[in-house]
Amino acid sequence: MESKIKELSKIATLIDKDILTTARDCAVGIHIGGNLTLSQIMAVLFFEVANLDPKNPHWEDRDRIILSKGHGNVALSSAMARRGFFPLEELEKFDTFNSMLSMHIDKHRMPGVEISSGSLGHGLSVAVGAALGARMDKAQWQTYCIISDGELEEGSVWEALMCGANYHLDNLTVILDRNMFTIEGPTEETMALEPLAEKLEAFNWFVLTVDGHNIEELLEAFNKKSPEKKPKFIIANTIKGRGVASVEGKADSHFFKISKEDAEKALAALKSADAEA
Amino acid sequence: MNDNKQTQSPLVGLPSRKAYGKVIVELGHQNENIVALSADLAGSVNLADFAKEFPDRFINVGVAEQDLMGISAGLTLAGKIPYASTYAVFAALRAAEQVRTDIAYNNLPVRIVSSHGGITFDVAGATHQALEDIAFFRTIPGMAVFSPADAVETAAILRATVDVKGPVYIRLSRVAEKTVYTEEFDYKIGQPDLLIPGEDVLMITTGVEVGETVDAASLLKERGVNAGVLNISTIKPLDSKAVVDILKDYKTVMTIEQHNIINGLGSAIAEIIAEANLNLKFYRHGIMDIFTTSGPYKDLLSYYKLDPVGIQDTLLQVLDS
Ligand SMILES: Cc1ncc(C[n+]2csc(CCOP(=O)(O)OP(=O)(O)O)c2C)c(N)n1
Repeated sequence: MESKIKELSKIATLIDKDILTTARDCAVGIHIGGNLTLSQIMAVLFFEVANLDPKNPHWEDRDRIILSKGHGNVALSSAMARRGFFPLEELEKFDTFNSMLSMHIDKHRMPGVEISSGSLGHGLSVAVGAALGARMDKAQWQTYCIISDGELEEGSVWEALMCGANYHLDNLTVILDRNMFTIEGPTEETMALEPLAEKLEAFNWFVLTVDGHNIEELLEAFNKKSPEKKPKFIIANTIKGRGVASVEGKADSHFFKISKEDAEKALAALKSADAEA
Repeated sequence: MNDNKQTQSPLVGLPSRKAYGKVIVELGHQNENIVALSADLAGSVNLADFAKEFPDRFINVGVAEQDLMGISAGLTLAGKIPYASTYAVFAALRAAEQVRTDIAYNNLPVRIVSSHGGITFDVAGATHQALEDIAFFRTIPGMAVFSPADAVETAAILRATVDVKGPVYIRLSRVAEKTVYTEEFDYKIGQPDLLIPGEDVLMITTGVEVGETVDAASLLKERGVNAGVLNISTIKPLDSKAVVDILKDYKTVMTIEQHNIINGLGSAIAEIIAEANLNLKFYRHGIMDIFTTSGPYKDLLSYYKLDPVGIQDTLLQVLDS
């Protein structure tokens, strides 16, 4: 277990690094804040929890991973590249003309991606559909859906939440990137979501709250079996812009191109954190 | 078009969405019933100044476009004139039924001012590019639909539509459009503007493509083709009689738009041509009924032949065919 956690932490650090270098080298900027929140979640999901075959991305029994917050595509791309779905060099072309990897997930250009996203609030309905389909076929594969707190402001997400519970989809796990910000500010000021865990429980979901940057807590939450045939909802508390000192935990971290100096500092901090671990 | 520096509008050169940000503040001072709303995109749609100037008259509904339109409808019940803004793709598609049934069917004076029309949200790709919004809005009874060419025309349209009784849709861009108008003017709803008369050949265009088409006309002139340019910024209500009066002097007409060629400006013109029995060669140029890719704006414009060279080449092909 100890070594597993260490290994996954290392992968998360590599994802952080890919996000920072992409944010530095890209033309116009990336959604840096809401990608740095996803590194540990992606590492755990792609390298431990999910059953995948990068060489056979259409394998029928693969688990389905749906990144509903499509602007989290840098973290996803890094994890998928490092897991072997496509070459890591593709990240260097991020946001160039017709590139495989771009601001939002494009199924037509990215091998192994289940569904294109970028318009917020769609993914959970799709995930409910996938889980219902698996159920019909008595298939064992799981569906994982990563959503943002901003998406919880879309009504469609609550329709899907109702549906997931109504159909007792215990083959469905939602991971919420709870970084407390949308573009315009803190969610609790712009459109309050709390008390969130209570709301989700009232919607009949099995709700777990973890530190979204803590590999061990994430693993534990993924492994926990949900009681009473409830779908699982993991609230992963995260820090928007984590690791970039100037914007960490601020709305300003949402989208920008990081300066060479700031990237250097953040990358150095990653290195020393890694050495300590 | 006039280059007289003394009368040049300070808006010249701004993206239309930034012109909106300035003019909405001016309108807010003139009419205290004006309120503005956005769905977590006040910065992008340039409502931040309005929010600062009139904090009690600005509402962020969160990331919730359907709610944005429903709430705007509701505000009119209290006598307000809501300006609801989000990206064009979400205004048209995500909130379509709220727009149609709550706002339009009840004939409410909501002004839906969208930004990031066409492919102007370049790197964001198909999920964020709006190529169906004109089709949707012009299909809704009672909806006035505008697609200004640049910042100055945006300001003119905004000022001219404050008192329109029913709903209004105005499509703006993310990028700075090429400048077409330099002086402020009084906008006449429905009136097409023949920017370049040309001879025999006419290019009809709208929105961010107007400036591109004007430049294409210069390129064509060098090639010996004297093509005219007609700006249609009121897509609806379109003065079809005025359009017919202009078109009857031409042998070849091509429409150019940053929209699916189905049901946008090209279709609107095709309807007029067919119903008036005009005998001319006609071609619709735009996004050819495909989903677009992502990339830098210049690359996309060139790939979809919506830059001056692409427009020139397309027209030459039409003339050759
Ligand atoms: C339907 C829809 N409306 C608006 C947007 C524009 N937009 C992009 S990201 C975002 C909100 C960012 O907050 P959140 O979703 O919580 O993402 P995170 O903080 O995790 O990056 C918005 C409003 C969008 N992509 N889709």
